[in-house]
Amino acid sequence: MSEYKKPTSTTEFEKNFKIKKPLMNQTEAFYESSRCLYCYDAPCVQACPTGIDIPLFIKQINTQNLTGSARTIFESNWLGNACGKICPTGVLCEGACVYNHQDVPPIQIGRLQNFATTHVIKNDIKLFKPGADNGKKIAIIGSGPASIACACELRVMGFAVDIYEAKAKPSGLTVYGIAAYKITNDEVVDEVAYLEKQMQLNFILNTPITTKEQLDKIENDYDAVFLGVGIGPTASLNLEGEEKDNVVGAVEFIEEVRMKQHTLAVPPKVVVIGGGNTAMDAASQAARLGADEVTLAYRRSKDRMGAYGFEYDLAISAGVDSLFEAQPVAIVGNGKATGVKFIKTKSVDGKLEYIDGSEFTVDCDLVIKATGQAKMASFLNLIDGLELDSRKRIVVNKENYQTKNPKYFAGGDAVNGGAEVVNAAYEGKVAANGIAVFLKV
Amino acid sequence: MDLSIDFAGIKSPNPFWLASAPPTNSGYQVMKAFDAGWGGAVWKTLGVPVINVSSRYGSINYRNTRMAGFNNIELITDRPLADNLREIEEVKKYFPNHAVIASLMVETKEEWIQIIKDVENAGADGIELNFGCPHGMCERGMGSAVGQEPAVLKTIVEWVMEAANIPVITKLTPNISHIVDPGLAAVQGGTDALSLINTIKSIVGIDLETYAPYPVVDGKGTNGGYCGPAVKPIAMEMIKELAQHPEIKNTPISGIGGVETWRDVVEFILLGAGSVQVCTAAMHYGFGIVREMEAGLKQFMREKGYETIYDFKGKALPNITEWKHLNLKHKVVAEIDETKCVGCDLCYIACDDGAHQAIRIPEGIGNRIPEIIDENCVGCNLCSLVCPVEECITMVKRDDGTQHVTWNEKTIAGEVPTSFDDDRAGGKGHFVPTVQDALKHRK
Repeated sequence: MSEYKKPTSTTEFEKNFKIKKPLMNQTEAFYESSRCLYCYDAPCVQACPTGIDIPLFIKQINTQNLTGSARTIFESNWLGNACGKICPTGVLCEGACVYNHQDVPPIQIGRLQNFATTHVIKNDIKLFKPGADNGKKIAIIGSGPASIACACELRVMGFAVDIYEAKAKPSGLTVYGIAAYKITNDEVVDEVAYLEKQMQLNFILNTPITTKEQLDKIENDYDAVFLGVGIGPTASLNLEGEEKDNVVGAVEFIEEVRMKQHTLAVPPKVVVIGGGNTAMDAASQAARLGADEVTLAYRRSKDRMGAYGFEYDLAISAGVDSLFEAQPVAIVGNGKATGVKFIKTKSVDGKLEYIDGSEFTVDCDLVIKATGQAKMASFLNLIDGLELDSRKRIVVNKENYQTKNPKYFAGGDAVNGGAEVVNAAYEGKVAANGIAVFLKV
Repeated sequence: MDLSIDFAGIKSPNPFWLASAPPTNSGYQVMKAFDAGWGGAVWKTLGVPVINVSSRYGSINYRNTRMAGFNNIELITDRPLADNLREIEEVKKYFPNHAVIASLMVETKEEWIQIIKDVENAGADGIELNFGCPHGMCERGMGSAVGQEPAVLKTIVEWVMEAANIPVITKLTPNISHIVDPGLAAVQGGTDALSLINTIKSIVGIDLETYAPYPVVDGKGTNGGYCGPAVKPIAMEMIKELAQHPEIKNTPISGIGGVETWRDVVEFILLGAGSVQVCTAAMHYGFGIVREMEAGLKQFMREKGYETIYDFKGKALPNITEWKHLNLKHKVVAEIDETKCVGCDLCYIACDDGAHQAIRIPEGIGNRIPEIIDENCVGCNLCSLVCPVEECITMVKRDDGTQHVTWNEKTIAGEVPTSFDDDRAGGKGHFVPTVQDALKHRK
C-alpha cells in the first residue's frame, strides 16, 4: 500500500517527489569537502565514465574556488550538473570511494558536484567560449545529452553546429525521461540554457528528421553529422490485449509525469511490467502520484533484475509491491484493461520455464510496460552504409565514435542501447574530437 | 589522587591555569573559570594605560578545523587599575585556595615597585612579568622588547625581586634565537619561576580583497602574536631547553603554548612543566574545556599509578637528547596491514614524490594495495603519518638491538666518514628510479 496521497498541487507534487540529492548549503559543502582524502590515482575518477578530476574539484570547493571547481567538472563533462543529480553515484564514483572500505560513509560526490556547478549556472558565470570559426559545419540530430556534449565540444573547437530536435524542448531524455525526484525540469533547462548561451548553440526545434530527402540535404550542407537520436518508444510485448488505452509504455508514462506533474491522474491499481531501472522509476512514480496499489512484476527472480539495488529499494520504500517469476501472458478486460494475466516461471539451468496451470490474474486499472524501447532501425536504415548490430545499435569505432559511414558519428543510447546520461556525455565529447580529427581541423 | 601543586610557593588545587589574556580580563571571568574547574588564573596584564584597536584576532583554519592557529594584536588590559585590583581582592575572597597571579608590565623602576605593592595589597598569590608581548607594547620598549634583551630583562627582574614579597614568575618571549639566554638572565636576576612561551610574531593571512593582513584595522594590519594548537611543538622544545639546562632546571616552569587537551597537559608535565597555562582553548570553547583536561589527566595517572603530578614531572627529559647521541644502528621499516588498507594510495605517492621511493603498487587492474620495498625503506615514518587508517601502517623494528653506535662515539673514535657510505642512502643499498621512470606519465 502506497504511503503517498494523490498530489493536487505543485507543492504536494514536490513533496511526494522530493529530490533525492538536494542541493547542499555552503556549510555542508565545506565540511563534506573537508573529508576528501585526495587519494592518489583516485578510484572515484576511475569509476567516472567522463573521468572528472573529482579530488581536485572537491579540494577547490574546500578552498572556496567554486568557479574553478565548476570549470574542472565541465572540462570533463558538459552535463556536469545533470550528472551530479542523475548519475547512479552509489555504483560509480561514490561506490568507489575508499571510505566504503572503512565502513565510513563515502564522500557525497554528486551533491558536491552540484554545489559547484549550480554556483556558476545560477550566477551565470561564463567559463567557456566558442573557438574561432574554423569554417566547418556539423549537423547534430537529436538534442539529448550526447548531442549537447558533442555540440559544446565542437563549438570550443570553432565548428558551426546546428542541432535538429523533433520536440519542443532540447535535452532529450534528460528532461523527458528522468524520474522527477532525481532532477527538476528547471534544473535540466537551466543547465542547457547556460551552455546554449555560452557556446551559442543553435537548436532547430520541432524539426524531426525522418526522410531520406532531409538526410540528403543535411549531408550536402554539412561536413559531418552526429547522430544522437537515442532510442524509440516502448517496444511491443506482443501480448493479447496490449492495444488497450490504459496500457502504456514506461518511457511515455515518465514523460507524462515530468510534463503534467500533479495534473496527471493515476488510477488506484497499477501493474508495472519489467525489471530494469526504468521499471523501478515508473513504479516509484506511480506510487508517488497516489496509486493505492502498485505491483512491479518481473518474469525472473529478484537477483536477475537489471535494475540497481538502490533503485529497487527506492521503489519498495515508496510502497511498491513486487512480484517475481511471473510472465505476463495477456492483458484482460473488455474494452479497458482490468488486469494482467501471468503465468508463474522457474529457472531451470538458466532457462526460463513456465509452470503449467499456474496462471493467475492481478487486477489493475493501468498497465505500464517497462520492457525496453524499440530501436530507430527504420530511420537509421535510410543512412547509406550505416551498420547496426543484432540489437539494432549503431556500430561505431569506440576510439572516435565514427560509424561505418565515415561522415556520420554517433553516441548515446543509439550506440550503447540505453545507458546513463554520463555515458552519453562522454560519447558525445569523444565523437566531437573524432570529428575534428576526421575533418583535419 | 592529588592534583594540587605548589608552584614556586604558589599553591593551586590543580595545574590548570588560565594564561594572562582576554579570558582573565575581569573578576567575573576568573570566578566563572574557577567554578568551572580551573585551579589558577594569571590576570590580564596590568600596567600603563593603553588604547586598543577594533578588530584584534585572526586565525588559521586548517580544512574544517577552526583556529588551529590564532593570533591577536590586543594590548594589555585597558580597564582601570583600581577596578582590576578590587576584582582581584573579590576573587580571592570567594576563592581563597585558588591561585591568582597578577601579570604586570610597566616601564620604570618606580612603576614596578608601585604596581607590585598594589597587587600584593589586593591579595595576589604571585606575579608574572610580561616580557613577551610581541606587538604594540614592544614598540613602546616593553613586552618582548625586554624579553629579547637578556641584560635589560635581568635588571628589571632584579628590581622586581627587591620589591616583591610574593613569588615572581618571569614570562619569556619565543621571538629570540636561543631561549636559554633570557631564561638564564631571569634566573640570574633571581626569579622564582619561569613561564613560556608568550606568542610568536606572526601574520596569519592576507585579505585577498584589500591586500591587508588579518586582523584588518581600517585597511591596514600589523604583526600579531601567534598561539593555539599550532605553536605547541615550539613551546615544548623551548620548555625542554630550559628544563634540561643545568643552571635553570631547578627553577619551576609554567608551560604555555597550544595546550587544549589532557594529552597536551601530560606532555608538558613530562617535559618538566609544573603548571600549564591555557588561553586559546578557553577562548575557543569556553572554560568548560578544562573538564576534558582534568578527566584525562586523572585517567592517565590512574592507569600509570601516579598519585601526584610530581610522580611523572620531567620524565621525558632524559629521553630527549642531541642528534649526535642517537643510535645509528637502529632500523625500522614500514609494514602495511593489507586487511586494514583502504587503497587511497596516499602512502605510495607520499613516498614516491616526497620521500624515498620505497612503496610500489603491484601491477594488475584494480590493485590498490601498496607494498613496501624493504631495501628502499629508510624508516622515515612518512607513510604511516599520511595513512588515514589507524594502525594500518606500522614501523617495525628490524635491528636485533645488539648494536649501538652514535655519531658522537664515531667522532671520539675518529671514525667520522669521509665518503658517502650510508647503506640506507639512495644509490647504494637503495635503488634510484631512472629518468624513464620519472617521465613515464608525461603527456
